[in-house]
Amino acid sequence: MTLLDLRGLSVTRRNRPVLHGIGLAVRAGELVGLIGPNGAGKSSLMEAALGLIPFTGTSDLAALDPGHRARRAAYLPQSREIAWPVSVEDLVALGRIPWPGGGRSPADRAAIDAAIARMGLEGFRRRTALRLSGGEQARALIARALAQQTPLLIADEPVAGLDPAQQLACLRLFRALADEGHGILASIHDLGLAARFCTRLVLLAEGRVLADGPPDQVLQDALMRRAFGIITRRIDTPDGPAILPV
Amino acid sequence: MRALFAGLGLLVAALWLASLLTGPAGIAPAEAIAALVRGGEGPVPIVMTEIRLPRALLGLAVGAGLGLSGAAMQGYLRNPLAEPGLIGVSGMAALGAVIAIQTGLALSAPLALPVAALTGAALGVGLLVALAGPRGGSVTLILAGVAISALAGAGTALVLNLSPNPYAANEIVFWLMGSLADRSMQHLWLALPPMLSGAALIVSAGRGLDALTLGEGAAAAMGVSPAGLRWRLVAGVALIVGPATAVAGAIGFVGLVVPHLLRSRVGARPSALLPAAAMGGAALLLAADIAVRLILPERDLKLGVLTAIVGAPLFLHLIWKTRSGGRV
Amino acid sequence: MLLGAAMLAGPALAEAPPQGAATPRRVVSMNLCTDQIAMLLAAPGQLVSVSDLARNPRMSAMADEARGFAANHGRAEEIYLLRPDLVIAGAFASGPTVALLRRLGLRVEVLEPAESIAAIRAEIVHVGALLGRHEAAADLLARFDRGVARSARREDRGRAALYYANGFTSGRDTLAGEILAQAGYRNIAADYGIATTTHLPMELLVMAQPDRLITGARWPGQSRGEALLEHPALARAAPRLAEVTDRDWVCGTPFILRAIEALR
Repeated sequence: MTLLDLRGLSVTRRNRPVLHGIGLAVRAGELVGLIGPNGAGKSSLMEAALGLIPFTGTSDLAALDPGHRARRAAYLPQSREIAWPVSVEDLVALGRIPWPGGGRSPADRAAIDAAIARMGLEGFRRRTALRLSGGEQARALIARALAQQTPLLIADEPVAGLDPAQQLACLRLFRALADEGHGILASIHDLGLAARFCTRLVLLAEGRVLADGPPDQVLQDALMRRAFGIITRRIDTPDGPAILPV
Repeated sequence: MRALFAGLGLLVAALWLASLLTGPAGIAPAEAIAALVRGGEGPVPIVMTEIRLPRALLGLAVGAGLGLSGAAMQGYLRNPLAEPGLIGVSGMAALGAVIAIQTGLALSAPLALPVAALTGAALGVGLLVALAGPRGGSVTLILAGVAISALAGAGTALVLNLSPNPYAANEIVFWLMGSLADRSMQHLWLALPPMLSGAALIVSAGRGLDALTLGEGAAAAMGVSPAGLRWRLVAGVALIVGPATAVAGAIGFVGLVVPHLLRSRVGARPSALLPAAAMGGAALLLAADIAVRLILPERDLKLGVLTAIVGAPLFLHLIWKTRSGGRV
Repeated sequence: MLLGAAMLAGPALAEAPPQGAATPRRVVSMNLCTDQIAMLLAAPGQLVSVSDLARNPRMSAMADEARGFAANHGRAEEIYLLRPDLVIAGAFASGPTVALLRRLGLRVEVLEPAESIAAIRAEIVHVGALLGRHEAAADLLARFDRGVARSARREDRGRAALYYANGFTSGRDTLAGEILAQAGYRNIAADYGIATTTHLPMELLVMAQPDRLITGARWPGQSRGEALLEHPALARAAPRLAEVTDRDWVCGTPFILRAIEALR
């Protein structure tokens, strides 16, 4: 089942073309890694797909009315903002805003409890989210997205700034969600992690999709050189490939 | 939280009653209440129904409105320094009111006064929202606020100084500091309907303000329309602050102090803070209005003087915390 | 009006211009109240300039007469250039201006405002002496005394409250209080021990139950201070409201007789 379908999507910001003629689909069961250099337009692609910024072309998600869209796709922005010292539980409960019930119905409670349990946040329920460590805040924000109970999750650099253990835990969770039938689109800078966990990679550069396919196909030397201007070494280990930029 | 709301409700009721029973005439409480309920002839019923009742009701409405708008603006701008009085929204409302009064517009149609004040407030809050936006930048907010307040204050002083009326120039202090002295029921009826509709708009924006806790993008992705939220906030604040300022002058710091004191008590959720700040604002303003009558009864001490004495140190404390990098 | 006309017709124009070293020949008055007494007493040509306020018919009982003199605005420069040999200022004149004029060698006489009938009588005599117009002063004084005697009727007209913009009232030690008492009213300010001009909370005014409320005249333009006088509580507490003309109340001059007359 296709959860996101972008066709001929173009974005222009301040009279500068950022994205041109993007075609991209995310299906249920996929963890799609969006890779590309800084400024390639990864964040713009996600925001346009959600209909948060103006674009031309089509996005089936942006075409939905906002309430319906918010029950189809959850969005984790790159900046992990928490403006007020709310408790972790209240933070996670924000994920229920798109749903009827005002955050207090049995369905709401069940979704919140499940998200908190899945992210291992039971001990933090009453803690103030702003006083948690960066990694714990990231987990609480992911729990918020899970509580939204959407088939599709769009995450902008979810592992940036996390320690290695948290990075692994986050991508393991995303892969598990994909295996359970969710569709996930996540931008990732660490090519090794992208290669190990993603079912598919999309390489974005020069305002368009340079490559779209299984990780091995996308992480070719020629493409890497063209997109990032670097050479990468691939080292295969029993735990999966390691990609070393040199 | 239920205990908090019950406590605030009791406090507001007690202060409202105390406001009714406070005044230079020294009427015994039992006589005062009897005159208020039964009416009748003589000076005591006139004092109670025409002087003290509108004052107590306006204290309640204006205080609640200022607390509510403060909480709403802080929630939307995601900044605890946002306050209608400090950042010039009340000042712009005062400018609108003064222009309506001095041009004689306020005489031609009774609604012209609140409408002009409302327009001024909408310009002020609209300008701020356009400049600072919900990105939580303190520097932009304060700079924009200083500029708007200065402009509004200067405009108000200019209009009053140009007036042919010898008393007008002395009224600058009322418009800058606010007072509830000797207002009548007419003022209440003029201000209350727009204030109530503004409150309804703001309360309806509560969930949107909650969603903004996660940032603009996340809120929009959760189905909260940014344009809709902005419109509700600007209109709601203008509908409250405009008429409130038109009848009571620009009273500062209520919208700053009250949300700050109550935020942690409601778990910092912006939507829960709205009703709490409304009740807290009513309590603070009623208390301040009782105090101005007790401290210097013969001097018509301005309300803003008291609220500033309470609020300014707190404001400095907030700046200090923001300056040292932490969000409040 | 008759009273004022009678007073104005009075000045002995035939009296010869004052002679002698002590008699000033070019007099400038820079205060609304001294303006009027000076105009009543000065010989033709003796008074050179009066303040611009004296031309304002809302504040001055002699606005028309004042147009016959150059207007000054109380600024040292313009007054000095008029080359006066006597400047009469009120006690509210700007201190630096008076000091500067004196430093420039001008003779400046500062007069206290007259807040009672006795003070008005003293002022007439004083200004008459300054101008060297003793006879004119004696004549004006006699006419004023006759007017005061005529106005003093001892019947009780009831309780009255003076209430001005911003909620101010006046007690017995003020000119307005004196006018009220002379007209036969009992001033409610006495209930609260108020002798001067001070703020009176509206509540207390209502509680005093005055029979009559006397307010100042309305000025052009709008002010909140004046809007207070439209408070419904005042209308209910004292239905008999009188608006009086400020010009006869502002200054301690013989024109207060018109104010007393208007209250009857």
